Amino acid sequence: MKPPSPSTLSSTGAPIVETVDLTRAFGSRQAVAGITFSLAPGDCLAVFGPNGAGKTTLLRLLAGLLKPSSGSAQLAGIPLPGGTLARSRVGLISHHTMLYEALSARENVSFAARLYGIRDPATRVDESLSRMSMLERADAPVRLLSRGMQQRVSIARAMVHSPQVVLADEPYSGLDESGARALTALLRELRSTGTAIIIVTHNLAEGLSLASHAAVMQRGKFVRYDTSARIDPKSYAATYREAVASDG
Amino acid sequence: MGDTLFAAWLIARKDLAIEFRTRSAFFSAVVFALLGLVIFYYSWDPTAVAVTDLAPGVLWVVFTFSGLLGLHRSFGVETADHAIDGLLASPVSREAIFLGKAIANLIFVAAVQLVTIPALSLFYNLPLGQIAAPLIAIALLAAIGLVAVGTLFSAMAVNTRLAELLLPMLALPFFVPIVIAASQSTAKLLSGRPVAEAGAWLKLLLAFDIVFVAACTLIYPFTVED
Repeated sequence: MKPPSPSTLSSTGAPIVETVDLTRAFGSRQAVAGITFSLAPGDCLAVFGPNGAGKTTLLRLLAGLLKPSSGSAQLAGIPLPGGTLARSRVGLISHHTMLYEALSARENVSFAARLYGIRDPATRVDESLSRMSMLERADAPVRLLSRGMQQRVSIARAMVHSPQVVLADEPYSGLDESGARALTALLRELRSTGTAIIIVTHNLAEGLSLASHAAVMQRGKFVRYDTSARIDPKSYAATYREAVASDG
Repeated sequence: MGDTLFAAWLIARKDLAIEFRTRSAFFSAVVFALLGLVIFYYSWDPTAVAVTDLAPGVLWVVFTFSGLLGLHRSFGVETADHAIDGLLASPVSREAIFLGKAIANLIFVAAVQLVTIPALSLFYNLPLGQIAAPLIAIALLAAIGLVAVGTLFSAMAVNTRLAELLLPMLALPFFVPIVIAASQSTAKLLSGRPVAEAGAWLKLLLAFDIVFVAACTLIYPFTVED
């Protein structure tokens, strides 16, 4: 397993996400260690790896929730951490729902829409909830929804402002089969409209079916990185298992 | 600036909607405040201490501790399922988040005061009608300072294991100037002195508010960057 060189990681077209030697350390431990890649609009990077590999930290850096220790990243031409302008381009999905359980699904999505500058969000909120088949339960308080339904609302919240870049950390967490299908369809649709996606998942089949680029991350580094022409699911599964086993 | 204030109002409105639905912190704070008034009332010897000497201290001690209950909840609602990440990843400034939380807390503390001041008047047989306007001004000035400091420390304490203990430990020393100024100016009013005599204390409250609202708004972003 040879780590890729930066020159092999460039996508075609003007990059919408670009990182160069991106590093984040917590004390003496480097959670993200010199990650370099670039994605063009419509690309999807699937990142696999064992627990603690640094996948979530990588997404948090790109979402502007963490500052890099060294290296650089840019999002839609804006260097990170790029303040409110860069954050307005990103939709963040996490295995944490990031919802307020006392508010209804509609109120949660509407609150997010207003934060993202959508002044009259009613139609957009309904569209977003409808895409995740949550319109019928839109007025139910989030605390009364099942875990899977909460995840659907969380995805609707992340998509309401039509982000240019979607950062998805274990987005299938808690979703049933129909929810997973709806999410996959949504992510495919977003790709076709030029949205770049970075998805962190342990589900190799789902991840590789969506991806134009794929990486296996271990101890903060990409130990394997491929574009769709070279993605071979079987050898990917083997690399992934090897990474998990060597960390276990 | 307009965007910051708009975002702050959205966040405050969301927090107030959550509190209105659950009412947990408000009822806890009101019950605490009323219990405090009752306990002080029954431990009071009217032949030894005049009511005008006792009431101001009781009022502001009760406000301070009941306010802490709401301040603790302020960032507590953001920790459930990492809602704070959604806020921090959104395109609103960190200052707007702080101001939004502070506005919601100010309305919360003012609502508690709205119940507590009439209750104080009732228990201690204090005619507050004639001093209502200056008393409201003191209450508002004290609440602004209390909320500015309390909101900042609530943000700092919320991710620690001992948040409920840490918040009062951090905030109470900073509340001391507010409690002294507010109780001293209230005492002047209750003893029938002209408002001008409380002027120095009111100026102190105003200065505290200006300094700490500005300082806490500027410091808050550093508490969420790591």
